[in-house]
Amino acid sequence: MNEPAALTPSSRSTHAPRPLGEPSHALVDRSLVALGGGAACILVVVLAVVAAVVLDLALPSVRALGFGFVTGRQWDPVHGDLGALPFLYGTVVTSLVALTLAVPVALGVALFLTDLGPLPLRRPVAALVELLAAVPGVVYGLWAAIVLAPLLRTTVEPALEAHLGFLPMFRGPKVGVGLLCASLVLAVMILPTIASLSREVLRAVPIELREGGLALGATRWDVVRRIVLPHAKQGIFGAILLGFGRAVGETMAVAMVVGSRADITGSLFSPGYTMSSVMANELPEATSTLHVAALAEIGLLLFAITFAFNVAARLLVSRVRGPEAALVRVVTPRLEEHT
Amino acid sequence: MRAELDAAYSGRTLAARAATAASCVAVAIAMVPLLAILLYVAQRGLGALSWSFFTRLPNPVGESGGGMANAIVGTLELVGLASLMGIPVGIAAGLFLAEYRTTMLTRVVRFSADVLAGVPSIIVGVVVYATVVVRMQHFSTLAGALALAVLMLPLVARTTDELARTVPDSLREAALALGASRWRIAIHVVLRTAGPGIRAGCMLAVARVCGETAPLLFTAFNNRFWNESLGDPTSSLQVQIFTYTMSPYDDWHAQAWAAALVLVAIVVVLNLAARRVLRGPKAA
Repeated sequence: MNEPAALTPSSRSTHAPRPLGEPSHALVDRSLVALGGGAACILVVVLAVVAAVVLDLALPSVRALGFGFVTGRQWDPVHGDLGALPFLYGTVVTSLVALTLAVPVALGVALFLTDLGPLPLRRPVAALVELLAAVPGVVYGLWAAIVLAPLLRTTVEPALEAHLGFLPMFRGPKVGVGLLCASLVLAVMILPTIASLSREVLRAVPIELREGGLALGATRWDVVRRIVLPHAKQGIFGAILLGFGRAVGETMAVAMVVGSRADITGSLFSPGYTMSSVMANELPEATSTLHVAALAEIGLLLFAITFAFNVAARLLVSRVRGPEAALVRVVTPRLEEHT
Repeated sequence: MRAELDAAYSGRTLAARAATAASCVAVAIAMVPLLAILLYVAQRGLGALSWSFFTRLPNPVGESGGGMANAIVGTLELVGLASLMGIPVGIAAGLFLAEYRTTMLTRVVRFSADVLAGVPSIIVGVVVYATVVVRMQHFSTLAGALALAVLMLPLVARTTDELARTVPDSLREAALALGASRWRIAIHVVLRTAGPGIRAGCMLAVARVCGETAPLLFTAFNNRFWNESLGDPTSSLQVQIFTYTMSPYDDWHAQAWAAALVLVAIVVVLNLAARRVLRGPKAA
């Protein structure tokens, strides 16, 4: 009875040594790899499910309303007269205004962090920009609705109309909440995204190029203008596209201050509506099948837009560095220091 | 000649100074909203924060006072459940991507993860609503957590992937030479070497999901009372901030500030903890 037990150790010793441990069987190896592969496949499946479900939900609206959905200016769920143009307009206007405001500032911040700023200030500023990115969207919305909107109504919008009133976009009833307020919040929210991604892109420009320029007598600004920026152009463009994608998709902060009126007036002061915020506001209360489907079709358009922008942006940014650098940005410098 | 060069140089240094100044101005402009928001949240939030905020349920409309105990627990429940679902799968997927980096499958997976990370969170909410809530016939904590997990998954997977790829191949080769199998390398060498970074990445992903509101609107919904089970709708800080901000009552606005303070505190603590985790090995 004891014989097999006695045999085992000796038979083990005739095998090749396995210093790293016991169950290194090919079977365990393969099943764990399969597990990892399965986990990876979940990502693909989830994306496919998201696309399929949105498409499926939107189908009745696509069938019933056709192409007129994208060009229709009426939004009357009660009578089934549904056109998405006001939402497209609101999304495009708020995102573009936000980009116009945020891009120069974000690029300035990125250059401050990589090339121009005083060295001891760079780290704290980078940390503060990250903090700006970490504040939840709904908190931005709270601040904008209670603090920013009244400020716009009483001070900023009258001043804008007084000085720039010859432009139709700075005219109209001043109510505070509206496209301008939403654009400002979006600008604040996408600023850290663009700044930190641009910083990654700028940092990826080889230090030798900078040193070469400086050795030839270039000032820091010369180096930035003639070496760094041309080198990083594509990546920065990618960062801006990613910022746009984020602005288009942002829901809560916009829903809280955009004014929620499906209308196209041409004024930035007037209340408007965006694609994401109309979904947030109306989907919980939508009762008719067509209304739900129309909202889902807006979601489908939103999905298509963000998909296109993200893919384009990632193609541009990933040439410089792995995408999703925004999240890894805190993590990698540390590792670089260790290795 | 000398004078010409000097003049050109002084022009360029002037431009350089102007550029530096401009970048400083940009930083100052960027700091204004940040400081404004943080100051308002701190000031108004602290003013509205009280013991009962943490211990009591919301009072009925029109009655002042009350708290958000259920919303705080709800947020923790939602984010905790989402982490339980999202983090293990995300790490496993990320390790797989990093260890088998060039096959067709990993390319497809990485692309999907990137696209998924860019999908607006409200769309994820709609999808979970259509697939889970409609089928179960009611809003539930589980559905909310599932939506958050879907948002977390690509973040965790891609961070793990990026960090695992920074582990030097020489370590892998050394382990292979010692007879280790690939899964042992993945778990005992790669995961351990990249451990602090991955832990920090997970914390940042949790922090980001903590603030997500849009996908909860039609999955976890809201609840004025404690949720009895995971199948019940639940309140959460995020949704409460939204609801209370959009209300016309000053008392609810004050509560919204308090909730915002608690939420920002959670997020900031997670961010700081992530930094600490990274700094860990250096301090030791």
